[in-house]
Amino acid sequence: MQSKDSNLDGTVSVGSHTVSRKKTFDWRNYIVYFAFIGVIIYFSVTLHDQGFVSTDNLLNIIRQTAMISLMGLAMTFVISTGEIDLSVGSIAALSSLTAALALQAGYGMIGGVAVGLGTGLLVGLVNGLLLTKLGIPSFLVTLATLGTVGGLAMWITDTAPVPIVDATFNFVFGSGDIGPIPILLIWTIVATVIAHLLLRKTSFGRQTLATGGNESAARFSGVNTQRIKLLVFLGSGFMAGFAGLLYAGRMHAGRFTFGQGDELSVIAAVILGGTSLFGGVGTVIGTVIGSLMIGTINNGLIIMGLDVSQQMMIKGLIIILAVAFGRKAIKR
Amino acid sequence: MEKPMLSMKNISKAFNGITVLDSVDFSVEKGEVHALMGGNGAGKSTLMKILTGVYSADQGEIYIDDQLVEIKNTDDARKNYISMIFQEFSLIPTLTVAQNIFLTREDKTSFGLLNDKECVEKTRKLLQELEVDIDPDELVGNLGVGYWQMTEIAKALSQETKILVMDEPTASLTKKETKILFSFINQLKSKGYAIIYISHRMDEILEICDRVTILRDGKHVATEDCKQIDLDMVIQYIVGSSMDKAFEWKERAYATDVAPVLEVKNLSIGSKVQDVNFNLYPGEIVGIAGLMGSGRTETVSAIFGTGPKDSGDIIVNGQPVTIKTATDAIKAGLALIPEDRRVQGLVLEHSVKDNVILPILSKMKKGIFIDNKKADKVANDFVNKLNIKTDDIYKTTNLLSGGNQQKIVLAKWLANDPAVLMLDEPTIGVDIGAKTEIVDVVRELADSGKAILVISSELPELLALSDRILVMHEGRIIKEMQRREIDTEEELQHAIQGF
Repeated sequence: MQSKDSNLDGTVSVGSHTVSRKKTFDWRNYIVYFAFIGVIIYFSVTLHDQGFVSTDNLLNIIRQTAMISLMGLAMTFVISTGEIDLSVGSIAALSSLTAALALQAGYGMIGGVAVGLGTGLLVGLVNGLLLTKLGIPSFLVTLATLGTVGGLAMWITDTAPVPIVDATFNFVFGSGDIGPIPILLIWTIVATVIAHLLLRKTSFGRQTLATGGNESAARFSGVNTQRIKLLVFLGSGFMAGFAGLLYAGRMHAGRFTFGQGDELSVIAAVILGGTSLFGGVGTVIGTVIGSLMIGTINNGLIIMGLDVSQQMMIKGLIIILAVAFGRKAIKR
Repeated sequence: MEKPMLSMKNISKAFNGITVLDSVDFSVEKGEVHALMGGNGAGKSTLMKILTGVYSADQGEIYIDDQLVEIKNTDDARKNYISMIFQEFSLIPTLTVAQNIFLTREDKTSFGLLNDKECVEKTRKLLQELEVDIDPDELVGNLGVGYWQMTEIAKALSQETKILVMDEPTASLTKKETKILFSFINQLKSKGYAIIYISHRMDEILEICDRVTILRDGKHVATEDCKQIDLDMVIQYIVGSSMDKAFEWKERAYATDVAPVLEVKNLSIGSKVQDVNFNLYPGEIVGIAGLMGSGRTETVSAIFGTGPKDSGDIIVNGQPVTIKTATDAIKAGLALIPEDRRVQGLVLEHSVKDNVILPILSKMKKGIFIDNKKADKVANDFVNKLNIKTDDIYKTTNLLSGGNQQKIVLAKWLANDPAVLMLDEPTIGVDIGAKTEIVDVVRELADSGKAILVISSELPELLALSDRILVMHEGRIIKEMQRREIDTEEELQHAIQGF
């Protein structure tokens, strides 16, 4: 134990730091789990008579949060690289419409799904290229695509919804239940497992975290950070497109209002879950819990009789609290 | 003699028409530790950047094991088994030691997933060989600077490497760590690695290196066997014979029977700076000489409140002052021009004027608005006084030359009329013309009664400027020399090496 020895002869300090080798339990890493349990207990007690704890309501929360969770999974990667994607809500809206239009035009279920996901991938590609090739900050790029894509979603059908009559599509993408289990829960679980493995167990995930941890160091180590950034934006577009399909399947239609304002919930879920806004630290499970927590709060507030405006205010406050009390970025 | 493992032939490189390397030959053998020495701007780091693919040479060839190779980027260097130990650049603080070492080269399980266990095991073995006690699972961000260095080395060695470049590897290490590093370097030597060791420390070079190559002004001066050289020879090679006329010292007259304007008492910062004491008198220019890592920068940062300080008193004009931040220091009448002016000294995207008035904005106000007439006047005055070459005061500073940028940094702090001016490496990266101008400006300032403290690694500059020189070595002031007692640069070189 080299450094322990040096401790004894008094020359411990290496530079201006000393080696910290205690594995401390940092409660801030787990704050979202405690908070989530706290929220559930609180609503269970206060809203017991209004049916908060009923199976129906709990499954409902799952259904309502599925899209946020799925977009949050991809956003976890984006934020882990130190970037942000504000365009996910608009992408979901446009994808729900393009998928519905493809189904209406008779391309069949596979065609509809391909068009919906392709829409998301395309916008993700544009975001990623503008960021990596032109060097425009992701905040600006995706703020612009948020507007452009949102406008496009209104324009292609002149704000009219497009109904979807394909029963299989509607079942698979949102409306169906397998036994007592909503199909949206299955999608959430499958995507979470994949995203978790991707972030923790693949070199892509490791390089994503490295890019956000210190981009120039990552480059020096042979990480193609531009490629990583392009990929995380492609992933975010893809998952937003997928969320658009789920909105469409659940509502049996494509509509420009689907996903509107979701970026706020998605980013809140990711930050609340413990992913660092400064990049380098990310957690997929945390994101899902963060998303469920926001869904639960929304649900509880609705049962309490609060309306959408109050929910939005509370969501904004949650983001600020999460960032203020969340884990500090490890900075040199 | 064995065939060299690496041989760089006839390497030339110029930046903006200024030659930094002029037909340099350099070769390293298998199992050799080869020191590369030279003053600042001699071309050492440019040569190594060409070897590691950061720059490409304008002219010349690189041979590895007698094969002509082309190194156009860092990837090419890696493919040719060349690794460079960076000071801190290639580690990611949010990943663990093991994750950093094997980044992009992780072991995979049969499913194609990362096999972290394997990486941690390999790292543990590697670190055991290195005899460093670092937990492979520790986040790099939690490690001290010395351990970053060790992690860097471990990282370079974890991949197949033949040629290892180390740039001032001991600068941030303690004596004990340096010993560990040296025994490790010896081990690498016996395994047949070729090691290029860049350093200013003669004692280390004599201890660990087999041969030494000295560059001066971009030219190869000598390559010698370390057993057959001594300090004087090397210093002679580094210094050369030409002394710049502009850098001639002039004895300056200043009052010596007055009270000191700045007194530093028992200043200590961990093991980096220990028990530093000195006084500074009005009108005096005091130089601090020392090797990298000798505690010079830490000392002035602590005085100015921008760096940590464990203990010690700072007394300005007889009054003890508490300095916790730069604002406190400025109020006390101190000014510091930091080493890296581009990062710390200037807002490069802003105009000359905006930069100059930034520290004195509160004096430039008319009601709640900035008094532009007054600000323009102040800025114009300084441009004239310091002879800053700019079209007008509205030009953005990133369009100016390095020397002019440095003068603006000077102007910025002079605007506040400090009693004590501290300069950390004031002429790094500026051309020779601007250098002499800066030297003149500093002399004028001292003549006007300001006390000046200068840190410089360029000894001719330090000798040209200083009335008195403090020599720091391993965190202590080991020598104080009156300028008139120093006859040659060699004497100062000796003192700095700690002999």
